[in-house]
Amino acid sequence: MPPGSTPHAYTAIPGWVRALAVVAAVVVVLPLLAMVLRVDWTHFVPLVTSESSLTALALSLRTSAASTVLCIVLGVPLAVVLARDTFRLQGLLRSLVLLPLVLPPVVGGIALLYTFGRQGLLGRTLDVLGLQIAFSTTAVVLAQTFVALPFLVVSLEGALRTSGSRYEAVAATLGAPPGIVFRRVTLPLVLPGLASGAVLSFARSLGEFGATLTFAGSLQGVTRTLPLEIYLQRETDPDAAVALSLVLVAVAVAVVALAYRRPAAARTGSGRTTAAAPAGGNVT
Amino acid sequence: MTLSYQAVVAGRGFDVALTVRPGETVAVMGPNGAGKSTLLSSIAGLLRPDSGRAELNGRTLFRLGHEAGGGKQAWTPPHLRGTALLAQEPLLFPHLNAADNVAFGPRSTGTGKHAAKERAVRWLAEVGVEDLAGRRPAQLSGGQAQRVAVARALAADPALLLLDEPLAALDIHSAPLLRRLFKRVLAGRQAIIVTHDVLDALMLADRVVILEDGKVAEEGPTREVLERPRSRFAAGLAGLNFVPGVLDAAGVRTAGGLEISGHAEELEPGPGEPDLPPTPGSPGVAVFPPSAVSVFLDDAHGSPRNSFPVTITDLEPHGDQVRVRAGGLAADITPAASADLALVPGMTVHFVVKAAAVSVYGT
Amino acid sequence: MMRPRMTRLPIPTARARALAAVLAAGALLPAVLTGCAPAGGTTAGADERTGARPAGTITVFAAASLKGTFTELAHAFEAANPGSSVTLSFAGSSDLVGQISQGAPADVFASADAANMQKLQDAGLADGTPRNFATNTLAIAMPPGNPAGIGSLKDLARPGVKLVTCARQVPCGAAAAKVAEAAGLELRPVSEENAVTDVLGKVTSAEADAGLVYATDINAAGGKVAGIGFAESQGAVNTYPIVATTTSRNKATAQAFLDLVTGAEGQKVLAAAGFGPADASGQGK
Repeated sequence: MPPGSTPHAYTAIPGWVRALAVVAAVVVVLPLLAMVLRVDWTHFVPLVTSESSLTALALSLRTSAASTVLCIVLGVPLAVVLARDTFRLQGLLRSLVLLPLVLPPVVGGIALLYTFGRQGLLGRTLDVLGLQIAFSTTAVVLAQTFVALPFLVVSLEGALRTSGSRYEAVAATLGAPPGIVFRRVTLPLVLPGLASGAVLSFARSLGEFGATLTFAGSLQGVTRTLPLEIYLQRETDPDAAVALSLVLVAVAVAVVALAYRRPAAARTGSGRTTAAAPAGGNVT
Repeated sequence: MTLSYQAVVAGRGFDVALTVRPGETVAVMGPNGAGKSTLLSSIAGLLRPDSGRAELNGRTLFRLGHEAGGGKQAWTPPHLRGTALLAQEPLLFPHLNAADNVAFGPRSTGTGKHAAKERAVRWLAEVGVEDLAGRRPAQLSGGQAQRVAVARALAADPALLLLDEPLAALDIHSAPLLRRLFKRVLAGRQAIIVTHDVLDALMLADRVVILEDGKVAEEGPTREVLERPRSRFAAGLAGLNFVPGVLDAAGVRTAGGLEISGHAEELEPGPGEPDLPPTPGSPGVAVFPPSAVSVFLDDAHGSPRNSFPVTITDLEPHGDQVRVRAGGLAADITPAASADLALVPGMTVHFVVKAAAVSVYGT
Repeated sequence: MMRPRMTRLPIPTARARALAAVLAAGALLPAVLTGCAPAGGTTAGADERTGARPAGTITVFAAASLKGTFTELAHAFEAANPGSSVTLSFAGSSDLVGQISQGAPADVFASADAANMQKLQDAGLADGTPRNFATNTLAIAMPPGNPAGIGSLKDLARPGVKLVTCARQVPCGAAAAKVAEAAGLELRPVSEENAVTDVLGKVTSAEADAGLVYATDINAAGGKVAGIGFAESQGAVNTYPIVATTTSRNKATAQAFLDLVTGAEGQKVLAAAGFGPADASGQGK
């Protein structure tokens, strides 16, 4: 049955639940509204189109796109292994992978510093190879990937678990080797989950601040992403900070809306035996 | 072209040996949890037994545990086994249309796109749904989807077709049509069909294997097993009363001391079984149809009749008769007789059956 | 980055006496943070008495670079004025001004530069004229061992030297730009941080070869960084003003704390931490 086909179906929601739901919505929406009200609209365009703002926005979009690609390349295999395989310490690995979700980003930055920094675990080796990551755009992408990867893994693992492995088993008995099963069955079935995971990762990368500041530094055009630019602008020009914040909110809203637009549309062909995960339904 | 199979899955109390000859279709039946799915999964390679060995047409499917002896263990992954699995649900890939679903097997094994498509169309025509080639699974009815699933399994050109209750999820209109389709495509094909329906076994299978508690309870040509069941499950399938005990001069004596007289059956020995006449003292069964049982309020002894007191547990309609269940046995009587006797559950009555209607044979 | 941290200092008389003794000896004491004491200690209203003796609770908002010195001074203040309690909140000066403007309950504001103090004055929240109580100059911080062999300001402009400074938008960055301009040097930092603490972080982790920070920051970092001063730093002297707020509900105690900071005892503690003496002529530029 297509969702929403019965417009006035009975729902058993107590009044107090509705009331608290309204409060919850206000908690989220009101601060955004307050910010919009604070925007200096007469100077809005010059504020957000200043060279430093545009540079920061471009850098943010570029690095977030790169980290999203990295999240997909690395996160898909990890989610598949976590969802399908069974091995010792699997639960521990899952908890560790999810850690960046709850870790203060600055802690992530410190951890990255001690891994990829000049004095870090891998830093010396990388240095010998002529790779210097600190203070580079690569560092920004690494920081964003670190904090965004769990979003992709969680949402994809949920989708994989919901879709189950029965289609994969059927495909194997039809003669498909694991590579073909993965490409032609596993991935297409969890595409909605993968898409929503990728969007969440992109959004998280876009908002990344603490780890970037700690690990990558802040230099216009190289490492100063939009959130860092906003934080810096706030020191001298709060109006510019507010205007840029609005830009960031707008980009985030656009991205999330794109991903959650008609979640059913992305799942045509879900018969009674299909159970694709709700988009992003398994975060946290 | 033979499947020889023997495997143990200790965790499930599963220990089964089975042979499927070339071109033979074997029905596997048994109560829930008897190990039917374990059997299919381990043949398909989706479940790894603890020990055992299996070969299909000379190719080793697995050789595990002590069965491997000192030699090396062997395990062929599912995609190299040639054992297509068709389940109760069609499990068509929801993102592919019917034709692409059917072409999936050939494409996966290296057939070109065009050739695979042609093969898909041919098989869709074979199962009578060529006009649905472009439809997505969500746009197919249950019966149509299962037909496509059959075409998909056959298009993979399996050496052994595994069918796991393929008709169980279908409505009463689709099931007969699909059964006819299976009758056609399984003819001369090596296949194992797990089913709960005795009709499937009779129509589709050359031989039936009854599994109980992870073991083979009996096996043989379908008709013979149903006519002379040697397991309670098979007797239930055939709708026969089944009383196990020990053979004696007159018939069978149960563990509870009940004596049931009947006529001894000459049994054809199964393949590999010793050709021995039933000997008194050896285990045997008394089998008789519910229609041969009369119900009396008193002990009405008239020889040669068997009469035993039983307590009614259930009364249920059975065709145009009333089936009286009591003491693990069943009697079919007319509704008028049931009303005359004022039968209700909990009543103690006598089941009476003529010795001539009771078959007795060793097991 | 650095969130404002509230540090409520209890009044352990024995330890305060010991502290006072150390202060008298003029020794430099590492900052002793006692963490947050349970809430419900002395409250401002309950203990407040009108009169000459400062008492009750005051809240001091101070620039992050004052953490060590003001923590010490708060201890000394409490020891000298039984019944008084000083709550400290450290953050970047602009953050603090923003918080006070939004109604944060500060009795005293100590800024790391004149510009942020001006913002407070413009908002009409400064009670009287701010008093300059310390100055700070830039110095070069290097990882221990000075791997890049930095010896002077000029070395910072050498190719291959990874230099980190503050961004121009924050006081330490403005000072760095001013110094470089005066020296005719073109500095190419690999990162322009929001705060001195971030610059120090990059240096202590040895990611950067050198950082331009305040002399007091090098002092406060102990052995974790090496530091050298340079003559050109006198071209950009940063002045620290302090003022009571108009919203203070305990003006007498706030004033007493101001007196302590600007008085001989306060100056001694500040000097020991590497701060320079303030120009006595009120608010400098």
